[in-house]
Amino acid sequence: MRTGLAFWSILKKDMRNYYLKPPNISWGIIFPISWSLMFIMRSATPVDVRELLPGVMALSVLFGTTSMLAVTITFERKSRSFERLLLAPISLNRLMLAKTTGAILFGLVNAFIPVLVVSFLVDLSGVNWVLTVVGVLLIAVTSTFLGLFIAVSVREVFEAQTFSNFFRFPMIFLCGLFIPIDHLPFFMQPFSYLLPLTYGVDLLRFAINKTGYLRLGLSLIVLLGYSIGLFTISVHNIRKKWIY
Amino acid sequence: MGEPKCVYQESRPKDGKCSTKLIKRCQGREKGVTNLPIIEVKDLRKKFGDFEAVRGISFSVKKGEIFGFLGPNGAGKTTTINMLTGLALPTAGEIIIAGQDGIKDIKRVQQLIGIVPDESNLYDEMNGYDNLVFCASLYGMKKARREKRARELLKQFALDDAGNKPFKAYSKGMKRKLTIAAGIIHEPEILFLDEPTTGIDVESARQIRRLITELNAKGTTIFLTTHYIEEAERLCHRIGFITSGEIVKVSSVRALMNEAQQEKTVEFAIERGGGPELGTALLQQFSHITVKQMSPDSIRISAAEEIQLMPFMRFFDECGIVVREAKILRPSLEEVFVKLTGIEISKLKEEKGGGKK
Repeated sequence: MRTGLAFWSILKKDMRNYYLKPPNISWGIIFPISWSLMFIMRSATPVDVRELLPGVMALSVLFGTTSMLAVTITFERKSRSFERLLLAPISLNRLMLAKTTGAILFGLVNAFIPVLVVSFLVDLSGVNWVLTVVGVLLIAVTSTFLGLFIAVSVREVFEAQTFSNFFRFPMIFLCGLFIPIDHLPFFMQPFSYLLPLTYGVDLLRFAINKTGYLRLGLSLIVLLGYSIGLFTISVHNIRKKWIY
Repeated sequence: MGEPKCVYQESRPKDGKCSTKLIKRCQGREKGVTNLPIIEVKDLRKKFGDFEAVRGISFSVKKGEIFGFLGPNGAGKTTTINMLTGLALPTAGEIIIAGQDGIKDIKRVQQLIGIVPDESNLYDEMNGYDNLVFCASLYGMKKARREKRARELLKQFALDDAGNKPFKAYSKGMKRKLTIAAGIIHEPEILFLDEPTTGIDVESARQIRRLITELNAKGTTIFLTTHYIEEAERLCHRIGFITSGEIVKVSSVRALMNEAQQEKTVEFAIERGGGPELGTALLQQFSHITVKQMSPDSIRISAAEEIQLMPFMRFFDECGIVVREAKILRPSLEEVFVKLTGIEISKLKEEKGGGKK
């Protein structure tokens, strides 16, 4: 009960201080809409908007969560307000879950903005919404924990931004979103399968268009594995680096 | 426990010595201090690679006291405080806080302690009231209680008018006060204060010292680090000196001063009747003393042993000399520190930060 209250307070504070600020809300809305429009307008052929949807949703989540979390934690660490949380009587696991839940929720909202936009253009019947939500949630959790991993690895806010892109941009090009994985040079294909976004995009493709080519179970397990792995490594790194 | 008055006395004798009046007031603070240790540290060590920042220190803090932890930059003060509060893991040693293992059960211990770091670390975007309410929620305080406590503290710290202002709009002194308020929002048994008055204006520092004494008077044990030696002298019951990661001395302020005092000195402020012949008369009457005429209306008497005032008062009375004030002069804590550590005071007062991790 006691730590539950602390968890909720940290989440509420982060939502109010960071996620629900007008610039972030507008970024959270404009960014996914821009992605959607960019794909639609740049395509030379009549675009099957529904085909693009999984990729746009995945990117919206990836960018929304990693940017916010990496920056907010680095910022709090720099201003030493994060120390206050470390000194509070809540376990480190619970504290980090509280810190990341806000970003996960932010990512979930980001993911469904393109869905809202697309719903005006195409018929979305036949979408497996349960699996879509599960997929988006897993991508959000994985991306958030990737953001946490980045935040723990850097000291400055600008480093967090740069380091985030080090992971994000290769992921965009190698996850099968722009170029199908089997069209990539042979030596690059293993890298694609090392990226969590590959499995996230495929899961969403399966949920929205039933066109995924990886086994559903495999994608779920890989994303779960990445989530647990990244969280465990990040918490371990916090213990090692911040509770020195 | 009555409110000790020495905190309010900011004026000190020009020579920095502690007067009888001041010492008597300081003694009043010792009420409420028990002999029960609330913090026990045994052979505590902290290594960073090959560098040993804290080298097997042992000390205890009694329940109800203000314990000062003094040392120059890089002496290991902040590392020690970090280990005691759970922000750093000791390489070796034992910490017992309020009967609990301060290393294994640190989360339980953190419920009992309050921490005020050397820099204000509340949330800039939030107002003073919300900051306090948020901090209270970290300790599981229920809504009604945390809101009531936040209002009480804002009033107690004279910040009630600023409660709705964002923290970033506060002055340095106000920030410091709110940070202390946040540290005690859950009414901790022990409060760790790291350099509470560094870098703030005189008036705010004075208010903070008063608040520290008031908190202690209500029963809170205070672990204070400061590089203002006068502050430690004024506030603390006992002091631990640390240099190069080792404890040099832990003792009460009085005992430290007595130990450092080579000879006892009393200064008499006289109103009339004094003259050059007074010194000679005193020496004739009291053979074991030395006399120094400081000014026409001030005479200083020194002896190897404790000086009894009454024989001198009678002597002055018989000579028709009116004594306005008699002060027992003691060495300042600053002198004690220099004597014990061999470190120049200027080094202690250097701009801090060098030793911080």
